Amino acid sequence: MRYHAPATFDEAVSIAAAASGVTRFLAGGTDVLVQLRAGSVTPDDLIDLKKIPGTHEITALPDGGWRIGIAVSGAMLGAHAQLVADWPGVVEGMELVGSTQVQGRATLTGNLCNGSPAADSVPGLVAAGATVTILGPNGSREVPVEQVPVKPGKTVLEPGEIITAITLPPRGTKGGDAYLRFIPRTEMDIAVVGCAVSLTREGDTITAARVALGAVAPTVLLDEACAQAIIGTTLDDAALDALAGAASRAAKPISDKRGTKEFRVEVAGVLARRAAKIAYERAAK
Amino acid sequence: MSKMHVTATVNGDEVEFLADPRETLLDCLRDHLDLTGSKEGCGTGDCGACSVMLNGRLVPSCLVLGVETDGATIETIEGMAPEGALHPLQRKFIEHAALQCGFCTPGFLVAAKALLEKNPDPSESEIRYWLAGNLCRCTGYDKIVRAVQDAAAEMRGAA
Repeated sequence: MRYHAPATFDEAVSIAAAASGVTRFLAGGTDVLVQLRAGSVTPDDLIDLKKIPGTHEITALPDGGWRIGIAVSGAMLGAHAQLVADWPGVVEGMELVGSTQVQGRATLTGNLCNGSPAADSVPGLVAAGATVTILGPNGSREVPVEQVPVKPGKTVLEPGEIITAITLPPRGTKGGDAYLRFIPRTEMDIAVVGCAVSLTREGDTITAARVALGAVAPTVLLDEACAQAIIGTTLDDAALDALAGAASRAAKPISDKRGTKEFRVEVAGVLARRAAKIAYERAAK
Repeated sequence: MSKMHVTATVNGDEVEFLADPRETLLDCLRDHLDLTGSKEGCGTGDCGACSVMLNGRLVPSCLVLGVETDGATIETIEGMAPEGALHPLQRKFIEHAALQCGFCTPGFLVAAKALLEKNPDPSESEIRYWLAGNLCRCTGYDKIVRAVQDAAAEMRGAA
């Protein structure tokens, strides 16, 4: 295994383009090193992106949005008070990934690129309307986060392509988001179901919403019917019932050792209802 | 497989070693620098026995490659207290019998020290969540939590 530590993303892409064997990009390493250890993936070329300037930075953009470097760890996200104030749901999703130690290493971009349907940080990014910048041999493109996972373990990234940053849109006033997951214990587990809601209020009325579900389909889902169930409402009981129904209908889970299909369908509705209430309260502040 | 030259600061001292790119920071600490206090429990970031501080952040050293740490600042259990002395956390772990086999103890101590530097007065709940990534199969955790609380109280008193 050859270890590379390029100083620019262009150099990283060139190294990847010239590599003929198995290539992996290294950010936090909490997936790549586990795969290396298990012997499931032994890269010929490992390209460490953490020495590239800016990859450890969280930048406030002129339009009110945020750019998050690909090596920003969960611990760094959680320590950024302004980002937490704008996007608490995005941050709380990431903070559910692993232990304090893992939080010191694990990144949003890595969680996204690992391609798990149960990735805790992804529904929050999808609900937020986050995008990623993808750089490859043929140039750069901007892709919505919901289009990045294609199926379990597989993303839209072509060989040699890398994500260079995640961009969160401006939160604006009267916006709020939240992420909840169900696990059978209190901490350190993989989501059986996850749900993120991001919404905007005018007075008591919801004017915009995005609802994302995790661990109930081959990829994280962005569901328009869920959003429509609460847009134009004051999140009264009828709207919450409609949201829960839409979330359960959107869920297309499998049964596995962590939960049955029927349980996941039910819990998708419960979590959507609860996450929407939290997001709604946060939007009032 | 060509080895790479790494220079890092470990417990305040500049060190150099040659690392195979596949070796973890934990491998390098133990096998190249003879710092065997950090333990390998799982090797996959689940147990916390290899916890170290990397550039001021608590990390599992089994999930860091040695070659990544060129230029980094690392603190391990060996640097926790000056020669011949014990850190208050170490003393309280002994007083409260917060260890039995001791394999997880270095990781617990490094993690608990990081917590108290960030939050000198953590609640029991905050201690339990912070240390959720440190596994102990002997003590049942209660004695560890009490030792951390007691050390925190003593350190607040001394400050």
